Amino acid sequence: MAFEPRIIGFLCNWCSYTGADLAGVSRIKSAPNVRILRTMCSGRVDPAFILKAFQLGADGVIVMGCHLGDCHYQEGNYKTIRRLPFLKRLVKDFGIDPRRLRLEWVSASEGDKFAKIVNEMTEEIRQLGPLKLTVHREIERAIAQP
Amino acid sequence: MVTINIDGRTVEVPEDTTILKAADQAGVWIPTMCHSEYFEPYGVCRLCSVEVVRGKRSRIVTACNYPIRNGMTIHTNSERVKWLRKVIMEMLISRWPNVKVVKDLAERLGIEKSRFTSLERDESENACILCGMCVNMCNDVVKANVLGFAHTGIERKVVRPFDEKTDQCIVCGSCAHVCPTGHIKMVLEDYRGKKSEFTLGPKTPIYVPTLQAVPRVPVIDAESCIHFQTGGCENCAKVCEPNAINYKMEDEIVEIDVGQVLITTGFDLFDASPMAQYGYGRLDNVYSSLEFESILNSTGPTGGNIVMKNGKEPRAVGIIHCIGSRDTNHHAYCSRVCCMYALKFAHLVRDRTDAAIYQFYIDMRAFGKGYEEFYNRLLDEGVTMIRGKAAEIVEGAWNENGDPSLKIRCEDTLIGKFREIPVDMVVLCNAMEPRKDSDAIRRLFSISKSPDGFFLERHPKLDPTSTATEGVFIAGCSQGPKDIPDTVAQASSAAARILSLISKGEVEIEPVRAMVQDEYCSGCKICNNMCPYGAIEFIEEKKISHVNEALCKGCGTCVAACPSGAMTGNGFTDEQILAELEGLML
Repeated sequence: MAFEPRIIGFLCNWCSYTGADLAGVSRIKSAPNVRILRTMCSGRVDPAFILKAFQLGADGVIVMGCHLGDCHYQEGNYKTIRRLPFLKRLVKDFGIDPRRLRLEWVSASEGDKFAKIVNEMTEEIRQLGPLKLTVHREIERAIAQP
Repeated sequence: MVTINIDGRTVEVPEDTTILKAADQAGVWIPTMCHSEYFEPYGVCRLCSVEVVRGKRSRIVTACNYPIRNGMTIHTNSERVKWLRKVIMEMLISRWPNVKVVKDLAERLGIEKSRFTSLERDESENACILCGMCVNMCNDVVKANVLGFAHTGIERKVVRPFDEKTDQCIVCGSCAHVCPTGHIKMVLEDYRGKKSEFTLGPKTPIYVPTLQAVPRVPVIDAESCIHFQTGGCENCAKVCEPNAINYKMEDEIVEIDVGQVLITTGFDLFDASPMAQYGYGRLDNVYSSLEFESILNSTGPTGGNIVMKNGKEPRAVGIIHCIGSRDTNHHAYCSRVCCMYALKFAHLVRDRTDAAIYQFYIDMRAFGKGYEEFYNRLLDEGVTMIRGKAAEIVEGAWNENGDPSLKIRCEDTLIGKFREIPVDMVVLCNAMEPRKDSDAIRRLFSISKSPDGFFLERHPKLDPTSTATEGVFIAGCSQGPKDIPDTVAQASSAAARILSLISKGEVEIEPVRAMVQDEYCSGCKICNNMCPYGAIEFIEEKKISHVNEALCKGCGTCVAACPSGAMTGNGFTDEQILAELEGLML
């Protein structure tokens, strides 16, 4: 059987989740590989969640938020844009290709953009192949909280 | 107050009133020629001369500027006064026999013939009679100081500086307004000279924007108001009894505390000038729909008459639909209202003129109650419907004689032929587009826009007036193009939603809130700087942070940032999200 990547998508409630909804309502076809997890704001996405997703077997993670300046909570996405580059460097140390982690801005009106990104990401992960993680314990330790 | 006697009538007036005013109060007429209420008495025509008797002495004075003193007796019709007036009047009519004001006054004073022969006799009907009203107006009222007298005696005349065209003149028209003979005229070079949002024609600097303006009060156009150019005039303030005119008024920012907001910022009309093929702004008699609407308006620049720029009635009118809408180069959406107002235009043109009417449409969308019936009625009225979007408007000829007109080129898709139709006037049905500053409004209220750029409603079918932000509602064309009935319906619905919340007295908020678990908080203060609402405060005594639940909006940024896991978000706790993750990965 051909490899079907499993991708976790963290979508903010106001822009990206609505945008994904619009893609559905508009009957835009997109790859079914992204499994969507709704948060109120992309700023809520704790880096630990992303690591946990990889540890649980996700082949890729995509975080989507409002365009800069459009955040429903004024500046939550600025927090995200500061966190994600750090995390990309961190996942490299765990042997995860940073291309498996993506940050995108999708507004509520960009259903087509959502579908395009999902298709692109799925295709890219399919090229990269399944994620073979060997450092489960290290990740466990990294995300452990008191 | 002093008591005086004018022609046997006793009147009581304040001291220092002029004789002319006192006579007016007493109901006695005194002829004048150079007097106006706009400026100070000038006293050059001498026609208002009257005889003043004080004690045994009597003397001739000008009534317009002679102040009243107690016990004066004034004769406005004594033999001496009559003789004097006759001489002045005869001199006037000998020089300007055909000027209407001079003739009328002479007739009223009973003077038919002049004994004099003037060397400067001027037969014209609107000759300058050197009354000096224009000069006084320009210098005293307008304070532009452009007009003045040159030379003396019979060579005296009104001139501009060096008798040349001057930039000092602000073209206010005050001189033409007061000129009693029509010697000074305002010549309008182009009545479309001043660009305006709603009216095409000339207007006074103080005006009511439209008859439907709310509030219906006049505004002052500082660009053309005399006062703002020279500091003079202020006539409107002088005549305004409640003293409502304030030249120093400025825009001010007022802060009002509100619980809910209804955004009804409307639309902008698509500017057709970039579509060069239609010649808007380049060709005469090509109008946007809003401009044509103001031509149709009975209080508009043409008084509701459908006329071209040269004042003639058009022989044919072309109405072109879908300018900028249903056009992937501009707006992909349909502006919804154009078909019906285009039909209304056709109906009114048919009603008021004999012009032939051509409608160039892609599809007729008569979608509402009674609309299809109106469309059918228009077809019976003899409006020519051409299915096909007009390709181009060019200057052409009406007939073989080369009579100039416009020509609309189009493909009539129903007969499959290319056509050229001569018309005199073209009306473009411009698209409705989002306001240019709608993005700023959108960010202010954290609401989204749909792909067409209009504000996004919470749900297109089930919640068309509210937005993603609690307490912020939208209605009308700010949400999408719509006609008046739809706007009224949507706005009423939004108002009802708002009122229902007001009458309830309390607002239900989302339960999603951040919360500090005191026992885990290390007091690092990282979360304090994360919150865009300032909802997190640091309690010094306990050395921990605390979330003010009324201010918190529940975004969860602080939860993600907390290094010790003390911050949790109701509804989106770490455990819940991790459990969701596990579920997703099954």
